[in-house]
Amino acid sequence: MEILRSAMAGTLESSDAQVIVEPGNGRIELSLQSSVMNQYGRQIKATVLETLERLDVSSVRITVVDKGALDCTLKARVECAVYRSCGASAANIPWGGAVR
Amino acid sequence: MINAVGREIPDALLTDGKEVYQGKNYMDGRYIQKASPRTRRYEKPQESKVVESIRAALEQCGAKSGMTFSFHHHLRDGDYVVNQVMAVAIEDMGLEDLTIAASSLGNAHDPIADYIEQGKVVGIQTSGIRGRMGEVVSAGKLKTPAIIRSHGGRPRAIEAGEVHIDIAFVAAPTSDCMGNCRGIGGKSNCGSMGYAMTDAKYADHVVVVTDCLVDFPNMPASVEAIDVDAVVVVDSIGNPKKIASAAARISQNPRDLMMAENVARVIAATPWFKDGFSFQTGVGGPSLAANLFLEQYMDERGIKMGWAIGGICGPMVELLKKGKVGKVIDVQDFDLDAVNSINQTPNHFEMSASQYANPANKGAFVNKLDFVVLAALEIDTGFNVNVLTGSDGVLRGAPGGHPDTAAGSKVCIIVTPLTRGRMATVCEHVVTVTTPGDCVDVLVTDYGIAVNPLRPDLIACLDEAGIPHVTIESLKEKAYSLVGRPDDLEWEDKVVAVLEARDGTILDVVRKIRPFTLSED
Repeated sequence: MEILRSAMAGTLESSDAQVIVEPGNGRIELSLQSSVMNQYGRQIKATVLETLERLDVSSVRITVVDKGALDCTLKARVECAVYRSCGASAANIPWGGAVR
Repeated sequence: MINAVGREIPDALLTDGKEVYQGKNYMDGRYIQKASPRTRRYEKPQESKVVESIRAALEQCGAKSGMTFSFHHHLRDGDYVVNQVMAVAIEDMGLEDLTIAASSLGNAHDPIADYIEQGKVVGIQTSGIRGRMGEVVSAGKLKTPAIIRSHGGRPRAIEAGEVHIDIAFVAAPTSDCMGNCRGIGGKSNCGSMGYAMTDAKYADHVVVVTDCLVDFPNMPASVEAIDVDAVVVVDSIGNPKKIASAAARISQNPRDLMMAENVARVIAATPWFKDGFSFQTGVGGPSLAANLFLEQYMDERGIKMGWAIGGICGPMVELLKKGKVGKVIDVQDFDLDAVNSINQTPNHFEMSASQYANPANKGAFVNKLDFVVLAALEIDTGFNVNVLTGSDGVLRGAPGGHPDTAAGSKVCIIVTPLTRGRMATVCEHVVTVTTPGDCVDVLVTDYGIAVNPLRPDLIACLDEAGIPHVTIESLKEKAYSLVGRPDDLEWEDKVVAVLEARDGTILDVVRKIRPFTLSED
């Protein structure tokens, strides 16, 4: 998928994460802040990168502000932000396809 | 050397007879030589001890660089006195190399972090450490490792001379001109002044700081004029709104209530739940709610609670007024209902921290406790509890009376949700051991109850009452299956805080956290 415009998903509530995606320069640039960075930072990074890969996103600037979200929440927020960025969030969301 | 809870304690700390933690009641039967203060005679009658300023009091007490000043924390997050005194000592008088020995410190004391960074405050001895002070100490900016003690360990250390207090500052809601202090009757009331009592007896000098001077004699006094050198009247000793909250409310959160109900079921299944039993609970959501369910079991069985101790709040005062508890003995008050009740409601008494929890005296109240219900930031599969360091390894909590009540009581119940956000409360190894697992008996979570294998008698009680329970390992695995297995924290070698067990041995150390960076790839 191609990131066409900036889009955001999620909140800064406890146990959620706020994800912002912006058009990239041909690679993935991740900026990550987390309230549980020391214990889960690596896992959060891995989850975000895996989700982008599954969505076939290879050029994006992605900012994640994590407030202790579980992996399922992180995946959902990343997916939602990507879909919104390319106008794919209104209908025909590929549940069970790219979204797992 | 590895201690009895499996923690590596650097040999450099094991000097002057200091030992590592060996297990509970290790020091039983030993003799101690109590320290005594060097105090000034005030033989010539004085009309008044009131001096014009904090600086005048400091000068009268011979304040100089290198001294240890003590404070108590009954004004909690509303306290102004620590900051006022340290600002005068450091900024006006230019003193350096000072040590703060406080019964606890909190977010109200953020300005002290600056004095630590400037190297003016070189030592911190406390139960609680939070906010910016916790951050700068965790970053290794304090010259000597902070010493963290429980509420019972502190009076033990003071009496043994391990902490020598040069000047004790007693924040007093009311005082007379001679220094008789009480925690009520003023504009910044805190109720009990139990944590200040040992300081006043063992400090070389004692300065009372009050914002409400009352007629002599201010009786019954919590800190007595016979121990006081000087009285200072300031505009305000604290923010009343932050000293005592409005009545502590019992949680309506269904998860808290479910856990609280299970706590009461466990208590009611043991042989100690009989007329005249004794009880302490924390003021966290599920701990406090346990009061409510316990009352139902008491009514059902037609029994009453003999006495309750601890930090006291409204719901316990309510039980006292209803005649369902015989006596309440109070070292600290958490809400206005408790503040307004102490020494007013019949059978609501004040006690010192030593009387409450000191393991080295001849029988503190905690030793007669049947049940204590406590919270935890983390508990590991060895039942070791952490209430001091956050999941990032930064100091932001307080052992308080947790280790003392756990060690003294017949049944210590920890109640905590299995996870908080992404943090697994039940884990493989707690970040810091603040209460050793040999003192903790039962864990109640929202995903099940676990009993310490050291207590087969309690396992039998639960089985007989038909209360299901699981292993603590299975609770840990459940937690990790929800949130993922956390990476280990990464530390540097430098020790930033020493965690003393209540008996004075070393239970754990907190090291400087290594700044976390995600690898670039």
